Amino acid sequence: MKIKAIALNTFREAIRDRILYVILFFAAVCFLFSRVLALLTVGDQVKIITDVGLAALSFFGALMAILVGTGLVYKEIDKKTLYTLLSKPIHRYQFLLGKYFGMILTLFVMLFLMTVLFLILLFFHTFKIEWQIFAAVFLIFCELCLITAVAILFSCFSTPILSSIYTLSFYMIGHLSWGLETLIDKINSGLGRAMARVLYTLLPDLENFNIKTEIVHHLPIPPELFLFSFLYGFCYSVFILFLAVLVFRRRDFI
Amino acid sequence: MAEALKITDLHKSFKTGFLLKKKKILKGIHLEVEQGEIFGYLGPNGAGKTTTIKCLLGLIFPEKGEISILGQPYLSLSVKERIGFLPENPYFYDYLTASEFLEFYSQLFFIKKDKKEDKIQSLLRLVRLEKSAHLQLRKFSRGMLQRIGLAQALLNEPSIVFLDEPLGGLDPLGRKEIRDIITRLRDEGKTVFLSSHILQDIEMICDRVAIIVNGEIINSGRLKDLISEKIHFTEVILSGLKEDQLRDLSESFASSGDRIFLKITDESKLEEVLQLVHSQKGKIHSLIPRTETLEDLFVEMVKTK
Repeated sequence: MKIKAIALNTFREAIRDRILYVILFFAAVCFLFSRVLALLTVGDQVKIITDVGLAALSFFGALMAILVGTGLVYKEIDKKTLYTLLSKPIHRYQFLLGKYFGMILTLFVMLFLMTVLFLILLFFHTFKIEWQIFAAVFLIFCELCLITAVAILFSCFSTPILSSIYTLSFYMIGHLSWGLETLIDKINSGLGRAMARVLYTLLPDLENFNIKTEIVHHLPIPPELFLFSFLYGFCYSVFILFLAVLVFRRRDFI
Repeated sequence: MAEALKITDLHKSFKTGFLLKKKKILKGIHLEVEQGEIFGYLGPNGAGKTTTIKCLLGLIFPEKGEISILGQPYLSLSVKERIGFLPENPYFYDYLTASEFLEFYSQLFFIKKDKKEDKIQSLLRLVRLEKSAHLQLRKFSRGMLQRIGLAQALLNEPSIVFLDEPLGGLDPLGRKEIRDIITRLRDEGKTVFLSSHILQDIEMICDRVAIIVNGEIINSGRLKDLISEKIHFTEVILSGLKEDQLRDLSESFASSGDRIFLKITDESKLEEVLQLVHSQKGKIHSLIPRTETLEDLFVEMVKTK
């Protein structure tokens, strides 16, 4: 109940943030641009629109999670609204989870709006609803949940600018770390391979949430891949939130 | 009477500067506040008043010392159910209206749904904001914010209320209103822990005070025990006499129009002045004996420290 109250208040706060609407506008521009790009490129226009559209959903969703998520906890500390809140009968973890779920709700609404725009554009080309898109959007949402957890973790001890840089780095590393997997296969067994494996285990692999190729080329999506990605996102988010609670529970609010 | 708050040997320091040098803020605070009293916590800026309150509310963690509120460990949720807090210079969610704001905070307590609305309305009436119930907090003045802050502190009908500088930045009318609410809380049997440096207000409403300077309590007790009732001097305003007749009878002398202002410390000289006024058919406009004030005590103690 208390987490719900904080989450709804966070949603009310976040949804008023103008930056969300600026990002939403650019996402819409990007969807339209995908149409132009499709006209200029040789190949299946629908595939290009789908590819660019899903990439835009992932990128602009992540941007929302980073830019709004990193300020959520910091703003409460900076504006001292946290003082009255923590003097009430709530645990610090309840506050943090409330902020997290409030942001997740905000992202859900924003992702829903972006998806609707994207599907409308796609509908004008195919005259049918591509249901598979929802699978991709679901995994993008899982990715955003993880990025939000990371943004909140950094927001517990750092300023919004630094937290944004850290979370953006997490996002970029997460989308490039798959290269390590390829490297592990290519190098001979030994210290180098072991180190690459350790590094790959430690670093996030956000490509787990990327099924654009399967969607664009209408490839089958194995249920176990889908389940693995979901569980990966869930466990990673829980772990990051656990770290955030650890940092937050002993913090002095000077 | 039972203790509402007990602090024993409270220590807190912060790391400051590039080298993270430790700076001691609280150096062994001992305090006991009884139930049903208004306790004034006085000190100059930077003395450690807000740090003490933050420790009591679990916003910062003391390095050493014990705190019990209403006889229970201070961080337990059952204690937090029974306390109210108004921070210094309160900042709230400015996109909420006054009633939305109180509604949000009421969700953090177990207030029954049917009672919630009545509670919010009665609190808005108490702090005289019923006409601003649907106004966003961003449009509130400083005084209005202070009052809505007080309303949120009273949502759960707390047994003990911590008020950090509740009278700061208010106009005289606003200060009087807040003072009246605070005294009403005491009349209802609640304990009020009031941190302030507006000494006139503290003197008017507090039963007991503690003075903190540089992180140490330098004096505490009942106001009547701390402040001497001995008359230091008497201020007299009179007319109908010549200035030359009075110069030797007073320590300080001034005149404006036909009125003469005197400051007299010697009681026998005061008698002489009164006889002179009587014999010369003059007129006394005011005669005020000045005893020691809390401000005198406070200034003296801070200077000594």
